Amino acid sequence: MNSIVIWTIVILAGLGLVLAVVLFIIAESFKVEEDPRIEQIEKALPGANCGGCGYAGCHAFADTAVKAADLSAHFCPVGGNEVMKKVSAILGYAVVEKAPQVAVVRCNGTCAARPKVNVYDGVQSCRVKAALYSGDTLCAFGCLGCGDCVSACEFGALSMDPETGLPVVDESKCVACGKCVKACPKGLIELRAKGPRGMRVYVDCRNQDKGPAARKACANACIGCGICVKTCTHDAIVLENNIAYIDYSKCKLCRECEAMCPTGAIHGVNFPKELDREGIKARVAARKKEVSNE
Amino acid sequence: MSKITFAIGGVHPDDAKLARGCAIEVLPLPQTMYVSMAQHLGAPAKPIVAVGDKVKTGQVIAEPGGFISAFVHSPASGTVKSIAPRKDLAGNYMTHIEIAVEGDEWVEGVDMSDTLVIGIPEDRQLILDRIKACGVVGLGGATFPTHVKLNPAPGSKAECLILNGAECEPYLTSDFRIMLERTKEIVVGAAIMQKVLGGCRTVIGIEENKPEAIAAMRKAVSELPYNIEVISLKKKYPQGGEKQLIQAVMHREVGSGGLPISVGAVVQNVATSLAVYEAVQKNKPLITNTLTITGNCLPVEKQHNYLFRIGMPLSYIAEYAGGVPEGAGKIISGGPMMGRAIANLDAATVKGSSSLLYLTAESTKRGQESLCIRCGRCADACPMGLEPFLLNRLYKAGDVAALEENAAQDCIECGCCLYSCPAYIPLLDNVRQAKGMALGAIRARAAAKK
Amino acid sequence: MAYIVSPNPHIHAAVSTKRLMLDVIIALCPAAIVSFLYYGLGEIAIMAFSIASCVVLEWAITKYMLKKSSTTGDLSAIVTGMLLAMNLPPTCPLWVVFIGAVVSIAVAKMTFGGIGQNIFNPAITGRVFLLVSFPTFMTDWTVPAGFISNVDAFSGATLLGQVPILGALEADKLVSLQTFFHNIGGSAGEISAVALLAGWVYLLVRKVIKPWITLSIFATIAVIAGIFHMVDPAQYTGILFNLLTGGVILGACFMATDYVTSPMSTWGGVVFGVGIGFIVMMIRYFGSYPEGMSFAILLMNMAVPLINMKFHQRKFGRK
Repeated sequence: MNSIVIWTIVILAGLGLVLAVVLFIIAESFKVEEDPRIEQIEKALPGANCGGCGYAGCHAFADTAVKAADLSAHFCPVGGNEVMKKVSAILGYAVVEKAPQVAVVRCNGTCAARPKVNVYDGVQSCRVKAALYSGDTLCAFGCLGCGDCVSACEFGALSMDPETGLPVVDESKCVACGKCVKACPKGLIELRAKGPRGMRVYVDCRNQDKGPAARKACANACIGCGICVKTCTHDAIVLENNIAYIDYSKCKLCRECEAMCPTGAIHGVNFPKELDREGIKARVAARKKEVSNE
Repeated sequence: MSKITFAIGGVHPDDAKLARGCAIEVLPLPQTMYVSMAQHLGAPAKPIVAVGDKVKTGQVIAEPGGFISAFVHSPASGTVKSIAPRKDLAGNYMTHIEIAVEGDEWVEGVDMSDTLVIGIPEDRQLILDRIKACGVVGLGGATFPTHVKLNPAPGSKAECLILNGAECEPYLTSDFRIMLERTKEIVVGAAIMQKVLGGCRTVIGIEENKPEAIAAMRKAVSELPYNIEVISLKKKYPQGGEKQLIQAVMHREVGSGGLPISVGAVVQNVATSLAVYEAVQKNKPLITNTLTITGNCLPVEKQHNYLFRIGMPLSYIAEYAGGVPEGAGKIISGGPMMGRAIANLDAATVKGSSSLLYLTAESTKRGQESLCIRCGRCADACPMGLEPFLLNRLYKAGDVAALEENAAQDCIECGCCLYSCPAYIPLLDNVRQAKGMALGAIRARAAAKK
Repeated sequence: MAYIVSPNPHIHAAVSTKRLMLDVIIALCPAAIVSFLYYGLGEIAIMAFSIASCVVLEWAITKYMLKKSSTTGDLSAIVTGMLLAMNLPPTCPLWVVFIGAVVSIAVAKMTFGGIGQNIFNPAITGRVFLLVSFPTFMTDWTVPAGFISNVDAFSGATLLGQVPILGALEADKLVSLQTFFHNIGGSAGEISAVALLAGWVYLLVRKVIKPWITLSIFATIAVIAGIFHMVDPAQYTGILFNLLTGGVILGACFMATDYVTSPMSTWGGVVFGVGIGFIVMMIRYFGSYPEGMSFAILLMNMAVPLINMKFHQRKFGRK
């Protein structure tokens, strides 16, 4: 009995040893010579293989980065500047810093604000729904609510709010990889600069209808009135196709446009203080008076 | 019973041709009409009128925007009120020319009489020019410009012209009615196209559930001096699919990505044939078509076949017919298998409009999706011999190469798979996307080669 | 009024998984009723208990373990329960039936993800598990008292079991026209070829299944038995004997044609059927078990993914 046990152990251990040696030899003889920096870079990268950088994965990123002349075409949105500093150090290139970004869903057509005019009965996929028609509300530009962005996100940063029917971005989890941007058939999601302490102002709408039509479709829509453009003293807002857009690189976070917007389509987030709507309105009115007096 | 049909797949929905007994009535003109610039396959047409212009019925108001495109004509006389984006039946914006209707004063040179003109012009190019100038497009659903289809590329020769009178979609009766009421015009139209194509064999294929149309067509063919056959086809959906019809009549299969002319076939709908007759013999542009108002929640006495002017809002036609019925849960433009659900009833009719179909919510609401039981019914039903269950799975996995290998690009979107799935899996919804992915990969490769 | 908008098609054939399963249940009824008549209350109890066990197990597993919405509404558990009962001897103790139900539903079906996901036919997996685990219960062919008295009833061995005892020549003589109507001894569901075939024809008429798998099994068995019997009638039983005895008809009509565990394409189905026919004849002629239908189906179930990879529908416009 004992000898059987011993023999079993001996044979199995011996077999394991032999196979290990064989595997080692094969691994060594078929080893592909690779730039050692590729492995170093890969180790520095987060290893999410999300493709947010525009390459097929972390290895492809490292592989192309080694061959590139500089790092202008390489930025890992997941790792951010921290990781890029390490990568730059490995390659000896200059550090290219980028402002951290976050995904912003530019639709505020909540179930309450945007009445449904028909019932969608197809597969729950924004892509299929968008190919079929403009959507179950009168707004042909807004969120379709099937959650393609949510399923595209590999970091669990997006979720559907059952009450509003809109996706919500969890800023602590979003790495700005841009997968959701590609997944949204309506082009509602934009990667915007996160802003100092997360503070940023943006137009929460993409509706290009003229004022009355936009208003009929959705109570929260941008009606293209242009008040924000006139208000902005930093030249940060443009109005095109009946829709305002705030250039985040020019925005100084004064929140005047937000206070002046008649439909509340402009949103400021992560500000420590609540918006002093009346105060700003008075300030803007005073400034206008001054201009007209001159 | 006719045995002539396509070889692979197909389904047998109840044909429900409820409005078959309703003679075609002419709709009066509304006050405003909206003419879409995207009424045909290919590039949208370009408006050539300006706001405030006076237009006459049949006057050209937009010209082709590309090689594959078509002329668009004013459906009534009046004033151009606006040229602006307007929502189509799916709620998407498209440029429409809005016309405030003031009357029905036609342009010069149109033969408005009812006399049948049998003599066909000798000049082939003249015929093609007239068809093009009158804005004729295929009225079987795809709205492909007819003058392009009738003028095959050099080197390819048409051996058989097939006139599609299958009308295999349930409920629809517009083709049936014109085959009964405009029989001889359709035959002359067929003879014109036969001449353009160089006098090839010409066949009119009609499904056997329309015996009156078959009899009328046979009689008309025997009375007119042309060499045209009438074939009775078995009732099976999608018999009217171009590839399926060619196989049924000619026993030839159009290869993947190929055009019918690659096997020597040209297929035209009977309604197109009528439009060709009016264009060539009467110089009358395509501004009217036939539309069926039907459905399973509409009493038969309220069902109609209407001759409508292209550009009338759907809501106007619905109101004229007595309003949307109480029990309607879904309104469809086209047949119940391939038609489009209407999201915006204010949309204007287009050249290809063929019906307003009202279905009850119970009869059209999709069942609760459950797990695939691998019964293979979708694969049995697919007239292209595809395996929708497999394509569905590959689509979800995002495997474009495997989709292409399994011929996702060959899907004709007929709906047989979803129609027959006992687990109510939204097969076609996903396979249509899969088809797009496979076609995208094929086109990208072709572009890279160039 | 908010109308429905969806992609085409807008109508449906109104065939559901539930309706298909109901058709299978209806098709199994004639054979089940014949077995009740000949084997009495005990068989009714086995059937009822088997169905109840399968349904309750599936319900409990989906609800408490998988935490998904219940799939018992599609009636497939009832089909499994019926088939399992019909594959057991009429004297089988209820606790053995329960173990069979556990293996069928919990092991063969739900571990793979439920309906449509399983590789092996659940009822056959249950039966084979019992056959190798409890051979005494599973080969006890004592005939219990039924509602129809049966003078020529015998106990001890099935017709197939007689072959090694009597020899092929004598065994062949036991097959008569009567065997076609009722074939006492063996699993409960195998009792009446006519009742089973009637159910099969019902399924064909309702277009629930296609005939090719079943026909190719029959044809393969007939060809193999024909050749061997012609060469040596003393050693090998004949065509009729092999078609009518054992689980061939039940297996070929109802088990091999299970959607989930059979190939999708027509020609794949034919290959599948030929494989089953071949294996069953090899087991019968050369194996140590008298019957091999269950093993044959299980083995060919394993080959289904491979068959599906090799055999596809004929695609339009492609050679």
